Amino acid sequence: MGEKPKLKVTLLTGRTIEQGVGKELGKATKEYAESVSICYMDPEDMKKLGVKDGTNIQVSTAFGSVVVKAKKSLRAPHPSVIYIPYGPWANAIVNPETHGIGMPSFKGVPATVEPAPDKPVLGLEELLKQQFRKG
Amino acid sequence: MQVVKAVTCPVCGSLCDDIELTVENGQIVKVKNGCAMCEAKFLGHRGEHRILKPLIRKNGELVETTLEEAVKRAAEILAGANYPVLYGWSSTSCEATSVGIELAEEVGGVIDNTAVVCHGPSLLSVQDVGISSCTLGQIRHRADLIIYWGCDPWSAHPRHIERYTAFSEGRFEKSAWRNYVAKIKALVGRKKIQSTVKRLVLKKPPEIKARLEPTFIPSIMKEGRKLIVIDVRRTKTAEMADFFVQVEPNKDYELLQAFRALIRDQELEVDSVAGVPVQYLEEVADAMVNCDFGALFFGLGLTMSGAKLRNIDAALSLVRDLNMRTKFIIMPMRGHFNVTGANTVFTWQTGYPYAVDFSLGYPRYNPGETSVVDVLLRGESDAALIVASDPVSNFPRKAAEHLVKNPLIYIGPHMDVTAQVADVVIPSALVGVEASGTAYRMDHVPIPLKKVVDPPKGVLPDEEILTRILAEVRKIKSEKAEAA
Ligand code: SF4
Repeated sequence: MGEKPKLKVTLLTGRTIEQGVGKELGKATKEYAESVSICYMDPEDMKKLGVKDGTNIQVSTAFGSVVVKAKKSLRAPHPSVIYIPYGPWANAIVNPETHGIGMPSFKGVPATVEPAPDKPVLGLEELLKQQFRKG
Repeated sequence: MQVVKAVTCPVCGSLCDDIELTVENGQIVKVKNGCAMCEAKFLGHRGEHRILKPLIRKNGELVETTLEEAVKRAAEILAGANYPVLYGWSSTSCEATSVGIELAEEVGGVIDNTAVVCHGPSLLSVQDVGISSCTLGQIRHRADLIIYWGCDPWSAHPRHIERYTAFSEGRFEKSAWRNYVAKIKALVGRKKIQSTVKRLVLKKPPEIKARLEPTFIPSIMKEGRKLIVIDVRRTKTAEMADFFVQVEPNKDYELLQAFRALIRDQELEVDSVAGVPVQYLEEVADAMVNCDFGALFFGLGLTMSGAKLRNIDAALSLVRDLNMRTKFIIMPMRGHFNVTGANTVFTWQTGYPYAVDFSLGYPRYNPGETSVVDVLLRGESDAALIVASDPVSNFPRKAAEHLVKNPLIYIGPHMDVTAQVADVVIPSALVGVEASGTAYRMDHVPIPLKKVVDPPKGVLPDEEILTRILAEVRKIKSEKAEAA
């Protein structure tokens, strides 16, 4: 196998209606976890990376790295822009710096994406254990 | 069976107050008029993820306890802490927030609400620049130009467009809904023809459309209400728009300043700004100047990226400039149903809308220093009380880490991520479903929330729980003072 493809992108986070419904149903529900442990990508970018809808990908920033499921964006084209709905998965890798005004950078964070078909997407509990060793 | 009318939906800042609920045997069984999120909240009020009993962490495990015990433990933690943070408040009533502020003052902590991670920068800018505002009712009846910038109401405020803006039927402005339906039909037809042609003639996969081509043929000069969307992605809302401008990530500031130049009739000596051809911008600037009553709504796309509060400065200034030529207002799209109320109550009681520090005995306000994420990143707090919020899920990991390290008290209805790692968990009634109270809509109009059904047995509203904790803290403190 040759070198693994990697893509430099800009990470956006935000709301989706599925996330909104999921959070009202309860954070411990499967619906919630499934609505926020995904990453919407431009189909062209997915082609470049050789990933399909539902393939696990690893998204890394200067602040951390997380495995989520790739999803074909219905909002394309947005080349080199990826979108992860708000939630613990996105927050594992956003920029915590507030630049003196109290607001971390949840949007527009430089990131890289690579395919990670062998790595699992952690469930909420495992993710929390890994991050906080409590609960 | 009982039908309760005119219920206010306690989910997003639109606070739709026309919901109809059918109640059967103390349970809500049917929701009329609400959006998907509203239905999920009302129908899920007795979901399996409700917390029914107070919990306390013993030997690493959360175990059931009595309310008295939990309140006592919470009060001990707060009274014993040097610099606790009290955070949340946007999804509870103004009345509960008011007690929370008293508690913060009593324990000398930092109190902050979720505005800090959504529209905090907007508040800072409003303090600097000022804001031209009005109620949503005025927009509904009078606005002929609606702009959504960096927000996607279709996903985050699903009924905003239908109730207050382009698709609402106002007294002086008609709904643009029919136009939209016609447009969608035409688009579907066109797509069908295109794909048939491609299938029959070209036999190759359809090419991706050029990045800046608007979704529909620009009909910006049409009669009636116009909807313009400016965003980094072609959101669902953008698809409905008459005109969509796709800005490059983190470049909103440049675009806003370009608009400011254009509406002053200055020429831009470049071909494009923030990835958008100037020709498109001129089109939008014309529409802005030529409308009778314009409304610019902006969301976290502006507050969270690039220049953050400077984006809002520019947006507020743009609207100020526009008021020299026509009538224009600007409004942040507030997310949680009572985040506006939290800001308001904070301001009444302390003088500041969020990030208030009581550690010196009087309120101090300096976002970037006294804001909760900064306190956590510097590792300064030594305990936390979270009310109706889920920061462990919503904060960047590094900030959440410090929160989890210290004693953590959680008051809320659901087994949220924060509840799962907390040390004391006190269940509370859902405000607007099982408890009444007041909330502020995004345009600062206070709206009463109803109690529709009873909460689970033994579960109290936030206000009551906080009052009990406050009383307990005062008791501990006076005992200490006596002993000394
Ligand atoms: S738009 Fe917001 S307030 Fe209105 S029903 Fe939906 S969630 Fe509730």
